Amino acid sequence: MDSRGEILELLRENARYSVEDIARLSDTSEDDVEAAIADLESAGIVRGYQAVLDWGAVDEDDQPVRASVELNVTLDRETSYADIADRIAKFPQVRSLRLISGDYDFDMVVEGDSMSEVSHFISDKVAPIPEVTQTVTHYVMESYKEQGIEFGDGHDDDRLSISP
Amino acid sequence: MTIEPADRVDQVPPSGIRRFFELAEEMDDIISLGVGEPDFSAPWAAREAAIASLEQGKTSYTANRGKRELRELIAEDVDDRYDLDYDADEEILVTAGASEALDLAFRALLNPGDTVAVVQPAYVSYVPGAIFAGCDVVDVTTRAEDEFKLTAEVLRESGAADADALVYCYPNNPTGATMTGEELEPVAAFAREHDLLVFADEIYSELSYEHEHTSIASLPGMRERTVVFNGFSKAYAMTGLRLGYALAPPEAIAAMNRVHQYSMLSAPTTAQYAAIEALETCGDEVEEMCAQYDRRRNFVLSRFEEMGLSCFPAAGAFYAFPECPGEDADEFAEALLEEQQVAVVPGTAFGEGGAGHLRVSYATGLGELKEAMARIETFIS
Repeated sequence: MDSRGEILELLRENARYSVEDIARLSDTSEDDVEAAIADLESAGIVRGYQAVLDWGAVDEDDQPVRASVELNVTLDRETSYADIADRIAKFPQVRSLRLISGDYDFDMVVEGDSMSEVSHFISDKVAPIPEVTQTVTHYVMESYKEQGIEFGDGHDDDRLSISP
Repeated sequence: MTIEPADRVDQVPPSGIRRFFELAEEMDDIISLGVGEPDFSAPWAAREAAIASLEQGKTSYTANRGKRELRELIAEDVDDRYDLDYDADEEILVTAGASEALDLAFRALLNPGDTVAVVQPAYVSYVPGAIFAGCDVVDVTTRAEDEFKLTAEVLRESGAADADALVYCYPNNPTGATMTGEELEPVAAFAREHDLLVFADEIYSELSYEHEHTSIASLPGMRERTVVFNGFSKAYAMTGLRLGYALAPPEAIAAMNRVHQYSMLSAPTTAQYAAIEALETCGDEVEEMCAQYDRRRNFVLSRFEEMGLSCFPAAGAFYAFPECPGEDADEFAEALLEEQQVAVVPGTAFGEGGAGHLRVSYATGLGELKEAMARIETFIS
């Protein structure tokens, strides 16, 4: 793997690795790491850095309500998927939006403070969009893994402390 | 009466690592860089295949040599990776870890009184294995200035020419040294010239970071005199499942199998199912684990350099082998453990050839590795 690819891998593994550590881990210089990260950002490859939260571990009152929403849309000569996506993605309640293959068109994740807030958002803001023909809302009940990180307790290192 | 150990057992000194292990076990909250096995678990698909085999009640013996399906997959795998051509029926024996295979080779292929040249510093089983088989041992001690690679010069000077067999491990435990195909050639020439049997422990073959691993058995005139040992412990993180194998010409495998069928019958069945799945579908996980080890290797070597600890660029397995900054590596390791709660293994645990060095395993999560390096830095400054 080239060093830019390796640095990208490391950022995906843990975006909080220091530049110093990324340089050590990838056997490159700190300057090269800085430059590669700047490149990745300006090329629009790296769009942001966020914490991966296990909401189940947060106080219940502070837990947001999340829903995965199936959206079906209809296109016409003037309106593309990207046009519709652009309108929907602008709402801050929308956490992710993907065009997918299969039975419906968009897979959207919505977040709000309460179930009624999310429901109203779907019925008042998303469903009325002229191109949207159908919405099916699935509320998230429990999350076990996000962004490749498992939320289980893991297991203790039960290896012998010294072995040949 | 008192039950006394047999002479050949008495002859083997207790493991040098044992005393240090007991010291470390008494302490709480240590960070151990003394572990000779992966910190990963076996890939989930392999574990799940093992579970499924148990659910289906597959708990009986397998063929002595191992399940045929597994031997065929091993044959394919070593052909793909190392250009080795071994027949699944006649030339592959599946064993309870590579350690069993080594023990079988000593007992089945050597006679009492034969001499085994052991490349040092060495994994702890070779010398006892040879002694249990009634053999004499001659040490072939590699040198720090050669970065612990085996050279024809060292072989000559140690008197290995008169030995019957040569046993070595590359990528090496404890040093992390590797040998390229080119570097193996003079070793192969020496073995051919002096008609040595070669026991090549290649258990770390997949963990070679600077160059592709070459098996000595793939060099001209070597297949007929070589037994290759490999297995699933390191690359597939399956140490506790105990599964390894030997590759050798039919007559050698037949002899080893004769001991194996009476002592072990067959390698663990559940582990064989896990290994089949591992070979079929877990290549990506192995690659990912290798990438992680390589990053940690870079990290550890960089940190050693920053703290002024002299260490050759170990290119394989998951060990670095820095020079000990103190006079005595045993004392240094003990003091490091007591004062900073970091465990490393003094090189002498792997024979006198390891004197003055420390084995530092990077089979540990990066968080702990960082903390351990910081503590070592504090300790030596």
